[in-house]
Amino acid sequence: MNQPATLPLVTALLDAPLPPSGIDWLDAMRQENREAFAAGGLPDTRVEAWKYTALRALSQRRFAPGDAGAQTRAVDASTLALPGVDGPRLVFVNGEFRADLSAIDAPPAGLTLQPLSQALKGDAEPLRFALSRSASLGHARGAGDAFTHINAASAADGVVLRVAAHHKIAAPVHLVFIGAAADAAVAWHVRHIIELGEGAELSLVEQHIGSDESSHLATLVSDIDLREGAVLHHVLLQNATTTSTLIRQSRLRLHTKAHAMMHVLELGGALVRHDLQAELIGDDAQLDTRGVFMPHGRQHLDTQLAIRHQALNTRSSSNWRGVASDRARGVFRGAMVVAPGADGSDASLSNKNLLLSPNAEIDTKPELEIYADEVKAAHGATVGQLDERSLFYLRSRGIPLHEARALLTTAFCRAVLDDLPNEALREHLAELLIAQLPTH
Amino acid sequence: MSMLTIENLHARVEGKEILKGLSLTVNAGEVHAIMGPNGAGKSTLGNVLSGRDGYEVTAGSVIYNGVDLLALDPEERAAAGVFLAFQYPVEIPGVNNTYFLRAAFNAQRKVRGEKELDSMQFLKLVREKLKVMQISDELLHRAVNEGFSGGEKKRNEIFQMAVLEPQLAILDETDSGLDIDALKQVAQGVNTLRSPERAFLMITHYQRLLDYVVPDFVHVLADGRIVESGDKSLALKLEAQGYAGVAERHPAGASA
Repeated sequence: MNQPATLPLVTALLDAPLPPSGIDWLDAMRQENREAFAAGGLPDTRVEAWKYTALRALSQRRFAPGDAGAQTRAVDASTLALPGVDGPRLVFVNGEFRADLSAIDAPPAGLTLQPLSQALKGDAEPLRFALSRSASLGHARGAGDAFTHINAASAADGVVLRVAAHHKIAAPVHLVFIGAAADAAVAWHVRHIIELGEGAELSLVEQHIGSDESSHLATLVSDIDLREGAVLHHVLLQNATTTSTLIRQSRLRLHTKAHAMMHVLELGGALVRHDLQAELIGDDAQLDTRGVFMPHGRQHLDTQLAIRHQALNTRSSSNWRGVASDRARGVFRGAMVVAPGADGSDASLSNKNLLLSPNAEIDTKPELEIYADEVKAAHGATVGQLDERSLFYLRSRGIPLHEARALLTTAFCRAVLDDLPNEALREHLAELLIAQLPTH
Repeated sequence: MSMLTIENLHARVEGKEILKGLSLTVNAGEVHAIMGPNGAGKSTLGNVLSGRDGYEVTAGSVIYNGVDLLALDPEERAAAGVFLAFQYPVEIPGVNNTYFLRAAFNAQRKVRGEKELDSMQFLKLVREKLKVMQISDELLHRAVNEGFSGGEKKRNEIFQMAVLEPQLAILDETDSGLDIDALKQVAQGVNTLRSPERAFLMITHYQRLLDYVVPDFVHVLADGRIVESGDKSLALKLEAQGYAGVAERHPAGASA
């Protein structure tokens, strides 16, 4: 883990001035995290959680700390709309909230929505606990902490979202993160704090897009807390450009009878890492994750699930599909832990993968640790090619080979979208999947 | 000109010679039954004609409407009017049956320079065919062959044939695994499609399909060659005597 602080990336990140806040505890916290990063450095492939994702090339690059022109970068807001997503919208350009592109003036009753940069200007005290919770959740410690420290030290913007108890927010909230063309390669960092009160319901659509005219290193850390009986539908559409490096960490806490359902599409980016960590800490909490990662070209997409069952009768199901073409690389790790006392839990995980080219690679690793009684658990992972019999069947009916491949690949991926309730959005996501398929 | 002329066809599967000099001529409007014992090469013939990978033609030729059929990709053969009803239709989860069939239908029309149909037009066509085939439209809404019973799969093959309207239909043991009612339905479907422009090659192990679809010619395929040809009475003779009689009349290795 330790390496000389002379790596260009490390130097650049350490040289960046900490964002000024005027809040003592926040300044101290940022300083601590910067020191923790300086001490720990970047993980290398000897660290199990980074075994398949080498940061060597990234560590040689330099990124400017933020984009001074972020507030004025031209973005056509009319291109941001997504079918089926008609609620309030928050838009961030190169890590900074853009009021001019956003629509949060009239949030529905029960929903509080604010960029972190504004929240910190007011009474920051309510954010203290969440912002101080910087490092990874206990069971995933060491997995990506370097970037968590960088993020905690540097993030000055993001989303602060709360749904009051028993409020069901009908229209999906849309979060857009844009890596816009800047004067140089830029690093930016955003931090989200999302809380659903008791019995609250929310649908959240998070989207990452960008321009490929300059490169970006973005770190994104989300804390998502679901109180008793809260329900969250979270769709994450990562369609950043192939000049983007995204390091994300999502940390979910599910209290009693809370239910989170996540649908993740990892399509874009050059190097993308997503640590999705969930703790089911209340009895009968339920987590369902669905995802597709579809690297092509020379993309590297790495998803790391860590799900921890800590209470009685908790349930988690995860269904992920990977499709790699060209020289791309996909990495998936799905770790489920059923902790002592989490009796009656049900944990299942499936990751099926397709290699569409002999030079593509997918490394998948399901892990299961059970320390409780009367647990139902299942996990499985496969890596294969398109079924020759199916291909021939389609071709024998007149469907050309490339179309037959696309048809089968789409069907393979769509399986994880089937239970997305937002039909308009589901169809849109399916079209994005099809658009990403190799055309040869 | 004949529609299909197979001459001295030799083909190997996994290095093993299966077809050993098969010759056969099929004209438009004719129904040919190919019968023979297990392992004679019946399914290999169907697969070679439809262009399946893994079948290596080592000698001979197949001319279809004046074109070298063996030089075409499977999808090109389909567009040229060749259809194979599979012995074991493949289940394709996640691909809707109607969507699949329209994709196939339009892909073929595109190659032939004909107008493609939109989903409404296609649905109209499909409903007409369903009526003729006496197939429930529930099959349309399901994934291709997924969870279909054996009979449903075979009927779906015939239904696809009805929609795609091939010139040369090859039925690979379409009768196998069917109960008598399903067999009659399949046979009725085939009979409906019989026409002066269309030819059928029915590969079958048993004679019973031929009670319902009466062939113009019956050929016995044994050890990779057609060893005997005749009219429908040959099928009855085979039924009575079994394929053992064929082996006696045409010992392996002897020339036809």
